[in-house]
Amino acid sequence: MSEPIPAAAKSASQLNDELLSSLRPPSRSWWLLVSLLGLVVAWGLAAFTWQVSHGMYVTGKNRPVMWALYITGFVFWVGLSHSGTMVSAILRLSKANWRRPILRAAEAMTVFSISVAGLFPLIHLGRNWIFYYLIPYPNQRGLWPNFRSALLWDVTAITSYIIGSTLFLYLGMIPDLAVVRDRSTGWRHTLYSVLAMGWRGTASQWITYQKASTLMAALIIPVAVSVHSIVAWDFAVTVVPGWHSTIFPPYFVIGAILSGVAAVITLMIIIRKAFHLEEYLTPLHFDNMGKLLLVISLLWSYAYFVEVQTTWYAHEPIEWEVFSFMSSRYTPQLLLMLLGNAFLPIFCMCFKRLRRSIGVMLVVSLMVNVAMFIERFLIIVPSLSHKNMPFVWGSYTPSLVESSVNLGALAGFCLMYALFVKLFPIVALSDVRELEERQAGVRLGRTSLPSIAGKE
Amino acid sequence: MEKMTSPYKWGMVIDLDRCTGCGACVVACQAENNVGLSDKKEISEGRSMQWLRIERFWVGEYPDVRVRFLPVMCQHCHDAPCEPVCPVYASYHNPDGLNGQVYNRCVGTRYCGNNCPYAVRVFNFYPHEWPKPLDNQLSPDITVRSRGVMEKCSFCIQRIRRAKEDASGEGRLVRDNEVQPACAQTCPSEAMVFGNLADPHSRVARLARSPRRFKLLEHLGTHPSVCYLKGGGREHV
Repeated sequence: MSEPIPAAAKSASQLNDELLSSLRPPSRSWWLLVSLLGLVVAWGLAAFTWQVSHGMYVTGKNRPVMWALYITGFVFWVGLSHSGTMVSAILRLSKANWRRPILRAAEAMTVFSISVAGLFPLIHLGRNWIFYYLIPYPNQRGLWPNFRSALLWDVTAITSYIIGSTLFLYLGMIPDLAVVRDRSTGWRHTLYSVLAMGWRGTASQWITYQKASTLMAALIIPVAVSVHSIVAWDFAVTVVPGWHSTIFPPYFVIGAILSGVAAVITLMIIIRKAFHLEEYLTPLHFDNMGKLLLVISLLWSYAYFVEVQTTWYAHEPIEWEVFSFMSSRYTPQLLLMLLGNAFLPIFCMCFKRLRRSIGVMLVVSLMVNVAMFIERFLIIVPSLSHKNMPFVWGSYTPSLVESSVNLGALAGFCLMYALFVKLFPIVALSDVRELEERQAGVRLGRTSLPSIAGKE
Repeated sequence: MEKMTSPYKWGMVIDLDRCTGCGACVVACQAENNVGLSDKKEISEGRSMQWLRIERFWVGEYPDVRVRFLPVMCQHCHDAPCEPVCPVYASYHNPDGLNGQVYNRCVGTRYCGNNCPYAVRVFNFYPHEWPKPLDNQLSPDITVRSRGVMEKCSFCIQRIRRAKEDASGEGRLVRDNEVQPACAQTCPSEAMVFGNLADPHSRVARLARSPRRFKLLEHLGTHPSVCYLKGGGREHV
């Protein structure tokens, strides 16, 4: 895992220049991208406003399918937010050095996707304007929200995760912000000065920083696992056939990590291309991410198999009905899901050549996330369509408003990312340089000693 | 035995042998409870506002075909799946064993509607209006629900409240048959019997001990307060 990064033997300022290239004044294509994304976001907002001013009938929902594309979007984005935690925190604790150039991108992705996810439960409310009833705010009537409800666990978990992942991102960025501060002028200098919180790079600051970031990495993992378990409990604690399943929490967590890892790979490819970071995001990184994807995809396939196998073997009438309905009404989607989440990644990621091919990685990682979105949809909608009372079986077709809001959410995520990239260092500068220093070993005869003593 | 917090446990018995599927109960319920009027379009979209529906099933092969009716309203479960999932306590259990719904508190997550195995909760997808002169018959005892709010059968809780107030004014308990919801009052074949299940001598409690008794989706352990008496004889297939 500790193969050297081929960008060695560069001066510190050269490294800074290259890794901070994303902060150069925006190009025309960046402005074009941002305005295009802004337009899509505006379209999504308009759709949402339309829904608020008219009523939930503008969606495709009905009785019995009362949750649909919004909750699909919610679960999908929460899943995507597991990228940062997985890539950054777990790889940090397991001392995988290849994580260094990508950890910032992954952590930022966590913050933005969980923020987007957090909007969906509010968007889907019948009366969005009184969403604050869900918050335990002090009020004259002494009313509390219902702590037994999985939705309230959601509110709690999502809020904790937004706060935790933002702190995690920010903490890791402080030394880099100081570097940027020293290189910037004008309002940017003021901004970075405030954000860098007086970082001077003294030994005591570094010691505190190391302790804090390791601690944060360890603390964010249980939060991430609990967030998606709780999202799974939204379904698992109900009596809806197809939802009421004990395997849901681990299965959802695995699915979340699968889509998170795939999304990080997609992002690596985009950032690598956009900011010419070919020297830092090498085929080695894709190779390692590919192996990770293979493992998670195998785990996902196992969990899915276990879930379906139990339904099939028990053949409980209503459970089986839901499964039969799902596989007959949504056959193409089901096959696409299995292809994207299982067959394609498992096949491709077995071969080193494919793992190191950027084109293959792009296709596979995008397919995984398309398939994960379908997977969320196939969990939510078919179960509700064919619940226990056959007389009120129904079906669901997404409306233009719902699709627009989901599209707007995707564009909003990309927009936040595009702005972030221009304002903050997207490659973890100090982490990369730390590795350079470590690997610039001192040769003593046949052995090479690390230039910095002590553990990572 | 759980601690009783009230001398009442409201329940209903529906005799399927008596039900003719005429739908008078559905109309009565609509008129009594300010239930929004749904047009053809809303109904075809699966967004009708009925608190009470008559499920119709065809049984047997031609020429020996029978039609069977099953009136389904909120079952007022003792262990109701809709209650714990509501994040704002809009869906709650009252001491008389009723599943209450606080319309003003409802934010419209529709979680209760998903978790109700009987699918009796209806959501105000549309803002509803009552064309003249129907607006004059809106009951002042009940909130007119806005769009975005979940609602469902309340066993005509406004009638129960009034009967309890009258009774406590006279220092007694509500008598058997003193109060009944609009559906039971209207049923021409008297298929629906409403009353206090906590009183073993009430008509509803006696009928509920019938060997023909069954409950909907009993295996889910929701303990509904509505029980059905199944049709007998040749019709019972």
